Amino acid sequence: MPIITQAKSAAVVIDDAKCIAEKGCTVCVDVCPLDILAIDEGRKKAFMKYDECWYCMPCEADCPTGAVKVNIPYLLR
Amino acid sequence: MTDTKTEIIEADILVIGGGTGGPMAAIKAKEANPGLKVVLMEKANVKRSGAISMGMDGLNNAVVPGYATPEQYVKEITVANDGIVNQKAVMAYATGSFPMIQYLDKLGVKFEKDGSGEYNMRKVHHMGTYVLPMPDGHNVKKVLYRQLRRLQVAVTNRYMATRLLKAPDGRIAGAVGVNTRTSDFLVVKAKAVVLACGAAGRLGLPASGYMFGTYENAANCGDGYAMAYHAGAQLANLECYQINPLIKDYNGPSCAYVTGPFGGYTANNKGDRFIECDYWSGQMMLEFWRELQSGNGPVYLKMDHLAEETISEIETILHTNERPSRGRFHERRGNDYRKRPVEMHISEIGFCSGHSASGVWVDENARTTIPGLYAVGDMASVPHNYMLGAFVNGGIAGRDAAEYCANVELTDYDEGYLAAEQERVLAPTRREDGLTPNEMEFKTRRLVNDYLEPPKVTAKMEIAQRRFAEIRDDLSELCVRDPHELLRALEMQTILDCADMAAAASLYRTESRWGFYHLRVDHPETNDDEWFCHTVLYKDEQGRMAHAKREVDPYVVAVEADEMAAYHQLRVKTPAAAE
Ligand code: SF4
Ligand code: SF4
Repeated sequence: MPIITQAKSAAVVIDDAKCIAEKGCTVCVDVCPLDILAIDEGRKKAFMKYDECWYCMPCEADCPTGAVKVNIPYLLR
Repeated sequence: MTDTKTEIIEADILVIGGGTGGPMAAIKAKEANPGLKVVLMEKANVKRSGAISMGMDGLNNAVVPGYATPEQYVKEITVANDGIVNQKAVMAYATGSFPMIQYLDKLGVKFEKDGSGEYNMRKVHHMGTYVLPMPDGHNVKKVLYRQLRRLQVAVTNRYMATRLLKAPDGRIAGAVGVNTRTSDFLVVKAKAVVLACGAAGRLGLPASGYMFGTYENAANCGDGYAMAYHAGAQLANLECYQINPLIKDYNGPSCAYVTGPFGGYTANNKGDRFIECDYWSGQMMLEFWRELQSGNGPVYLKMDHLAEETISEIETILHTNERPSRGRFHERRGNDYRKRPVEMHISEIGFCSGHSASGVWVDENARTTIPGLYAVGDMASVPHNYMLGAFVNGGIAGRDAAEYCANVELTDYDEGYLAAEQERVLAPTRREDGLTPNEMEFKTRRLVNDYLEPPKVTAKMEIAQRRFAEIRDDLSELCVRDPHELLRALEMQTILDCADMAAAASLYRTESRWGFYHLRVDHPETNDDEWFCHTVLYKDEQGRMAHAKREVDPYVVAVEADEMAAYHQLRVKTPAAAE
């Protein structure tokens, strides 16, 4: 069967104005136990790539600029 | 994705899993013999991996002189686990408990102390006093990481171990892992391997339908259970599921251990207590379930009767440690501990000896049934072990493995087995289209809920086995597009293995035991004559799932018959008088 891609809302939100990924920061991507964050190669900003968040918060706690906000995924809110 | 590389390295000890018990195994092995090469393989990043990625809000099972003796603790756990325990292993934990607290304290982990510097112990268990709060327990992982670096443990992050490798003579030879971002292979040849992969916490599907809304760190999906099984190790008492009373939808601890000592308690919709003891046991879960069945639900964690200072203290502990997003969840719901009790529910099922008794069989030295293979933490069979148990048994495994290494040489593994494993791992990358890991995992876990949850019904569990077999056939269509999806595809296969083990183990024990954990409708009574024993599940020579009974070793601490019933009487008595 062919594979399709469906839209999902991203519970983990990155403030682009604060994110310093363009300076080489990858802290949130490094610490996420589920490996669901990534750096957008075009914009050079972190983003939530997969809807597989355990709302555990190391990404938010360890971000050096306070750019990450972890929201509770909509299905659980 | 087809041109993946394979790197082969050698070590004395390979530790798989960098959460709690794994780092401590590596640390204690290095302390025992700094000359050993110790490799720590972690699926995520050791800085923030495992069950305690954000720290811990307290010890649930601290055996501290003046509050409890190791003998009392062994008795408590024997009773809480209906007598089916390997007391020697529980005793090894109990005697190692206080030295480990002192060790962690020395490394910089913060435990609550009173004005005179003594540990501030609280009572939650039915009989003894074992709870030690950690209001500043958020730095545990940092402390461990510092120690790993100091001792020069070689860490490989983002490698998921997929299978153990064995020598022709049956002893352990190492393991193979796959990088979760490149799909490159890493083969580690080792004299000893310590499995520390955590619970099988992604087995049932949370009632919310959100696949990663699990109680356990969702990365802990049972890799250790599956690897041990495929290597031929014995797994014990898997039918003694982990099922927890959790904050509904949030699916995290509420956390009665923290709130209990402050006066919070579990109540029904009338605001009445219905259980005497909030300690998580199968019997407690049975009373919880009965309360929901009886129409007295929902069940709540009640705190609105407490003083403002108490509530803010509880909030500080609960919203800064272990699961800090709890506060954020309550805020959106308009939950305020002061005004409204928190709605709780019964979690989906999993394996986790840390909270119940389902784990890879280990003895008091953390040795599995395979020479050179150890298991520690939530996935090893020492019951009700929690975080401190993972540390203590991790330390035991590390020291024992260091000794074992001195007397053995590195050994070769079967090249054909490795090649076949690499082919299994990569198969989903070779397909252009098919089924996604996500949907295959969802379906497996949904069937776990439909057919394996207690009350367990024989006919339903047999349907589960047939449906799991269909899913196994569908693996030939499993398709991934990148290394991340391959990670999920491998985890999905682990979950399917665990689902099969849960069904088979539950069918084997034809009695009811451990309260709700193994409540079998077709065999409602506890049958000590037939089943006062461990059950072990293993892969036999023909590759089939096999079972055996394993005798309970003679107790090292005697337990009287009337004491044994303590956890059977958890329901608050005289309900009429309480009206
Ligand atoms: S840690 Fe913060 S600054 Fe660094 S990449 Fe992530 S969001 Fe950007
Ligand atoms: S909350 Fe946890 S799982 Fe979610 S993105 Fe952050 S680190 Fe990853």
